[in-house]
Amino acid sequence: MTPGQRIVIPQGFESLVQAQLNTVENVLAVLEVDLDEQLCFSRGLLLATDQRLLSWERSPLSGEAQTPEGAASKWTCKIYPIDLGAKLSLHDHAGVAALELMGQDKRLAKWRFTLAQNLEANRLQMQWNQALGEHLKKIESNATSGSLEGLSQNCPTCGRLKLDFSNPCPVCEVKSDGHSPTEASATHNPLAIAESLDDDEAQASTWGLLRLWRFAKPYQNRLILGFVLTLASTAATLVPPYLTMPLMDEVLIPFQNGQQIESHVVAMYLLGLFGAALLAWALGWLKTYILALVSERIGADLRTAAYDHLMRLSLEYFGGRRTGDLMTRIGGETDRLCVFLSLHLLDFATDFLMIVMTAIILFSIDSGLALATLLPLPFIGWLIHVVRDRLRMGFEKIDRVWSELTNVLADTIPGIRVVKAFAQEGRESARFREANQHNLAVNDRINFLWSLFSPTVTLMTEIGLLVVWAFGIWQVSQHKVTVGVLTAFLAYIGRFYTRLDSMSRIVSHTQKAAAGTKRIFEILDHVSSVPEPVDPVNLTHVKGLVEIDNAVFRYGNRLIIKHLHLDIQPGEMIGLVGQSGSGKSTLVNLICRFYDVSEGSIKIDGVDIRRLPLAQYRSHIGLVLQEPFLFFGTIADNIAYGRSDATREEIIQAARAAHAHEFILRLPQGYDSLVGERGQGLSGGERQRISIARALLINPRILIMDEATSSVDTETEQEIQKALDNLVQGRTTIAIAHRLSTLQRADRLVVMEQGELIEQGNHEELMKAQGAYWRLYQAQARSDQANAMDVGLQASKRDVL
Amino acid sequence: MSASESQPVEFSLYTDAKGVWHLSHVGVDHVGVIAVRAFPIHAPNEGVSILSQEGKELLWIDRLDALPAELRQDVESCIQNREFMPEILKLDSVNSFVTPCRWRIQTHKGATELLLKGEEDIRRLNSNTLIVSDAYGVQYLIKNLAAMDRHSRKLLDRFL
Repeated sequence: MTPGQRIVIPQGFESLVQAQLNTVENVLAVLEVDLDEQLCFSRGLLLATDQRLLSWERSPLSGEAQTPEGAASKWTCKIYPIDLGAKLSLHDHAGVAALELMGQDKRLAKWRFTLAQNLEANRLQMQWNQALGEHLKKIESNATSGSLEGLSQNCPTCGRLKLDFSNPCPVCEVKSDGHSPTEASATHNPLAIAESLDDDEAQASTWGLLRLWRFAKPYQNRLILGFVLTLASTAATLVPPYLTMPLMDEVLIPFQNGQQIESHVVAMYLLGLFGAALLAWALGWLKTYILALVSERIGADLRTAAYDHLMRLSLEYFGGRRTGDLMTRIGGETDRLCVFLSLHLLDFATDFLMIVMTAIILFSIDSGLALATLLPLPFIGWLIHVVRDRLRMGFEKIDRVWSELTNVLADTIPGIRVVKAFAQEGRESARFREANQHNLAVNDRINFLWSLFSPTVTLMTEIGLLVVWAFGIWQVSQHKVTVGVLTAFLAYIGRFYTRLDSMSRIVSHTQKAAAGTKRIFEILDHVSSVPEPVDPVNLTHVKGLVEIDNAVFRYGNRLIIKHLHLDIQPGEMIGLVGQSGSGKSTLVNLICRFYDVSEGSIKIDGVDIRRLPLAQYRSHIGLVLQEPFLFFGTIADNIAYGRSDATREEIIQAARAAHAHEFILRLPQGYDSLVGERGQGLSGGERQRISIARALLINPRILIMDEATSSVDTETEQEIQKALDNLVQGRTTIAIAHRLSTLQRADRLVVMEQGELIEQGNHEELMKAQGAYWRLYQAQARSDQANAMDVGLQASKRDVL
Repeated sequence: MSASESQPVEFSLYTDAKGVWHLSHVGVDHVGVIAVRAFPIHAPNEGVSILSQEGKELLWIDRLDALPAELRQDVESCIQNREFMPEILKLDSVNSFVTPCRWRIQTHKGATELLLKGEEDIRRLNSNTLIVSDAYGVQYLIKNLAAMDRHSRKLLDRFL
């Protein structure tokens, strides 16, 4: 049969393949390899028939050409007959796969390629090994075997071979899956977002905006320059209508009355018009640029200041607030303020200046006509304001509905595993649809009013113009004003009536900005509940003696720690034991000074921790938590998180001690592998060992382990336990654990119950006393036994069945 | 740890007929070893570890350039056997600015094409170093963004 009937030989290789194949062999599979021995990109071909394996690669002398369409002599062809009895083996690492032809006791050949070719490689390996098996059988039994060819089909989209017909091509699926988020159209009324109002805005005084001056002050000079430019550019825009007056009276009207047009006068006026337009363009550009520059800087300063301040606030502050809220405050509100300053405020100032200047000009030309022109203005302004007010209420409603919609999203997306596990996709969809429907209904209602708004403003403008026309014509007929004056008036007011609408929005914009300012200053005004000491004591060397003296801690109205006394000697390991809610974690938080005690004191080496500089004090404490957090970055960065100046040797040393070194080396990029959100996936135990390395690297005198091993399985726990043993040596250690067995090496066990210390001593003493610890231990032993029994029972049941 | 020890040359690396790497070290012959760099991006010439088939560390080499040239060659080729992270030198063309898209690129390992699934597959290590993972798991490195030519940077900029 003809080779390559169903299997497509990659472009450029056809003639090479044709030249080699004989007519009696069946092509089983083709693989285009894209890497050479040195892992450089270079095309090659591997072809399996039922008789032999053929491979083409560029001979090293062949030079640079990248396309295979060179002379056939540049290619070397190697042939491995099936009689060699060699099997193909396939393995991959870090995106590169290798296909090896393994003979009885030696490797005959090796091909390398990227995983893009993996599908074909799998197929080739499978087909070859199958053919080999049948070939060997044939030799043994001398029986004939059927053709293997026929399973292949090409994917219509990407032209690749795929293994079976029913499934979509796995290569193309990658492509068609990736939806671009930008393509999704926003169904929400864009105006509603722009107009959305905050609940707390009513209380936010507009005067709060003045507090922004603190951030604007550094840019004083540029602000003044911007204001001057605004003034000048507005004035420049008012020149053209003024020039219409002499154009009418000195050129057009005399012409109608039979006089010649004096071209040099016309040229002068036209030049004036052009010059004014050019000037207005240049000044407008400059003012917008400068003020946008300044407002962006004010926004950036505000953001940095708020974030800096946020980082210094105590954990108590974060405990009570949602991450999303804080993120919007720092991200969204500052941006909103920035837009307000650079756009809305600027527009308003320009419009206001324009109206004032226009009024002055109009009065200077003719006070009677000016009065008639400006009379409808307050009335129109009032009307616009009334309609806007009603619109605003509607937009507020839209905003609330919109947040309802976001809430659904915020609820379900992080909890998607639960949703799927309980098969509640339908219910969540229904919830979203309902919220969306509500959103639609509210939008429909407001859209009626909103669509009415803009034509109404136009109508008002027309009516205003009508008044001016009527009064103007009457004045002209009385020879009180000239036609030119009337034209100039009409040109002026046409400009600013349209601006009334945008001016009327300034109220809501200002209120929104004021609300935003208030929310940001709320962060900036918040004083940390864990203040820095006024006159700090420097404690550079810490021995690790911890004394907790009569400590009381209240959270809200709940008394969580009650008059607790505990002394921990340097180098001692304490195991904190107790039911959940007994105050163990709170005690640890107090020692870390995430919170301050309400009464009593905690001393380290005899110094009250409230007198130590916070950052310095915490640098003496190593914390290993139940859920280790890895930041986005390399593993080395994560280990060196507490000490960014650590050398590579120190990082490796810490990783070795934490039993993390070897698993890190097995990752494709070693210590340079990216972890954290969007990074390499690591198991819980691996993450925990990285966090232990992190704690080891800062070499703390005091070590706190809060359920460090409770989220991993027993086997991993033993790995981690080994790592922890290295960590504990010579340090004052406080360990919290549910599983009492993990605290066996503790020098002293401290049993807590409802915020009180009820027992302490080592394991034997406490067992002998038959108190709370003994009861806890018994309970755990019983449940362990029950578990073991359960497993045993099930096993025996299976045996019986 | 061997950081402070001087590095006495008492090991050798070689391949057998099957193409499997061996390490002979203090009189023991380990079969199927692999050599990996600890910091392939930030310090490729420091910290090389030779691991056994089971992933246990057998030998630690502080600095590659401290080794005799011949041995260094062996270690390098053992690393090459496993390590693959082409450095993108130049972007020739991009078929679309909307992911997924194909990039035609020049790397220090030759010209090739990569399929980018999404913008999130381009990760920033620092302001000038990027890692681009293609749809098949190959990671391409851009060592110095600022040093690339204008055309490449202009194309890349659409994705950053």
